[in-house]
Amino acid sequence: MRNIVLGNEAVAQGAIDAGISGVYAYPGTPSTEITEYIQRKKDEKYLDIHANWSANEKTAMEAALGMSYSGKRAMAVMKHVGLNVAMDAFMNMAIAGVNGGLVVVVADDPSMHSSQNEQDSRYLANFARIPIVEPSNQQEAYDMIRHAFNLSEQLQLPVLLRLVTRLSHSRSLVTFNKPRKQKKINFLEDIKRFQLIPARAKPQYDKLIKKQKRIRTFSEESPFNKLVISKDTSLGIIASGIAYNYLMENFQEGCRYSCLKVSQYLLPRKQIKYLFDHCEKILVLEEGYPFIEEQLADFFEEDHKVIGRLTGHLNRTGELNPSMVAKALGIKKKKTNKIPDFVTGRPPQLCDGCGHRDTFNALDEIRKIIGDKQIFGDIGCYALGALAPHHTISTLIDMGASITMAKGAADAGVHPAIAIIGDSTFTHSGMTGLLDCINDKSPITLIISDNSAVAMTGGQNSAALAKLKNICLGLGVDPEHLKMIEPLPKNHEENVAIIQKELDYKGVSVIIAQRACVRLPGERKKMIKEILAAQN
Amino acid sequence: MITNIILAGVGGQGILTIAATLDTASLNNALFFKQSEVHGMSQRGGAVESHLRISDGQIYSDLIPMGEADMILGMEPMEVLRYLPFLKKEGWIITEKNPFVNISDYPPMDAIFTKIESYKNHLIIDASAIAKKLGVTKAANMVLLGAASHFIPIKDRALRAAIKSLFQSKSDRMVQLNLKAFDAGKQYVTTMESVLK
Repeated sequence: MRNIVLGNEAVAQGAIDAGISGVYAYPGTPSTEITEYIQRKKDEKYLDIHANWSANEKTAMEAALGMSYSGKRAMAVMKHVGLNVAMDAFMNMAIAGVNGGLVVVVADDPSMHSSQNEQDSRYLANFARIPIVEPSNQQEAYDMIRHAFNLSEQLQLPVLLRLVTRLSHSRSLVTFNKPRKQKKINFLEDIKRFQLIPARAKPQYDKLIKKQKRIRTFSEESPFNKLVISKDTSLGIIASGIAYNYLMENFQEGCRYSCLKVSQYLLPRKQIKYLFDHCEKILVLEEGYPFIEEQLADFFEEDHKVIGRLTGHLNRTGELNPSMVAKALGIKKKKTNKIPDFVTGRPPQLCDGCGHRDTFNALDEIRKIIGDKQIFGDIGCYALGALAPHHTISTLIDMGASITMAKGAADAGVHPAIAIIGDSTFTHSGMTGLLDCINDKSPITLIISDNSAVAMTGGQNSAALAKLKNICLGLGVDPEHLKMIEPLPKNHEENVAIIQKELDYKGVSVIIAQRACVRLPGERKKMIKEILAAQN
Repeated sequence: MITNIILAGVGGQGILTIAATLDTASLNNALFFKQSEVHGMSQRGGAVESHLRISDGQIYSDLIPMGEADMILGMEPMEVLRYLPFLKKEGWIITEKNPFVNISDYPPMDAIFTKIESYKNHLIIDASAIAKKLGVTKAANMVLLGAASHFIPIKDRALRAAIKSLFQSKSDRMVQLNLKAFDAGKQYVTTMESVLK
């Protein structure tokens, strides 16, 4: 039977059928639907799989490792920039190795549809010296997650499965296989390799380096790396992941050139050697950074045998598409219509009635006095405060940076220094920064714009729900300078006055602006109200 | 045979529901499809597009190549113009008539309509008005789908079954209203003989 699924859902169903016991994740476009799908199926089919959201990607990665250490299969899921947050665990679990299969699924966002950069996770997996699998379509996404778990168990290493936006968020038909049973708790007899004191870490690292040869051999023997040789020797093509589709789109009747489809790394040396010997030039097609191309291109730019993004045959940044690949192949371009000049951009904006709007309106009054350089923003819907009509926030860098950047500015002598962060982003990466501020008595005013949901990614449950006040007090915020406001138009003047008063205070003040996300269903808003009322 | 459709609109207008209907209908008709959609930030009132490809054979790219779209189906007249580079020479532009103005520099309507009308194969439909008459303003997207269905190689029966299965979880009433909206859109085009010859 064929099933309609998103690329992300194919991975999720594939993981369920591969016998995972847990998925650990923090929401982030374009990765969110993987975990949501497993949560849905868990409820529908009473699956015994852990699927609750984690506070951030690092806690997710470590919990996944703990499950793997216990002998069961676990999956950690995140967007590309989330992997930066989890990097400490990621690097070191490559050294320690795994027990039950552990696959890290990372969805990259080339062209930055919903992200602040387009970093390519293949570099980070390579940095950790672990294998990568990279599906090119929805069926492969389903099939390859099980393959990745098998690889992980054979090599006793974590494996990275890389997705990109256009696969994550594209629907197609997928055939499912028979589900496999979950594993039972089964500790390793010798657990020393999980104790990364230098004396144990050194031999483990040597072991990891020795494993590289096997990782390469597995790639060379992988059914997902396919070399097709053609008589035409003028050009050979290496196409990885979704870029393979853009190639084949231009050759519906079969590719006229020799082609290596890469969906598993380390790069298969044998096949690439054959292609290099057989062809005069090598065109590399890959989504994201020139990861393969950089490994193969000549450093001294002498033979120009390898062409791709680095040589200008393809766009250096941003996503590929079939038309760009056609151009690189020298296929004549069709004449196309132009977009009329009068068509204007339509950037996203905050919803009507959104509480962030009211908080921004209050801050805009302050901005009239202090100027537009001292409000440090963060990641979430309220990032839209950088755009019209508000232009409220001055900076937006990474999860949690609002608080710590405001601190650094305050340390530099800037006053007032205002940070604005959402509830879920605060518990993701803001709490430690606030602790720094408190210990250092940094004069900042922190506004937690609390909509009690992870709203930007679709309103998932926030780890911060009804905990913000106690967290702040527990970290040491002076109760006199912990204020609660309700961001509503009718409270505008009162809210401006409260913020203004706290700006005069030369220490840490926190203002929690609480109003549930307008997009949440009525029932959930009611529940949030009740939970918050019980807390106060 | 492959049919390429660009669905265009503004976040929240229901273009992903049109896409989901066509996906399910393709499956009902034993066809292949790929349908790329936009999630995340742009869904907050920004420009939203979906690339939908339906075929009786294998489909490679999730994205439609430039100049290969058989149809741009829009819930918003300016938004359809954004995807003109995708339109085939004889491709259709089918769009809702009413603008969605949530930006300060929205261009003059006559410029938009003049441009759309410069393409031979175009249909500008007041889908909102038709939906409103049926008492379901929100079903303008299904009116539009009904109108577009004349040019999409999927049987009506498959489309109607898809609407049923998609709205079933909401209520029987929603199923009936959306089917009515679909039929009204279909009917609207049937009366325009010049279009269907």
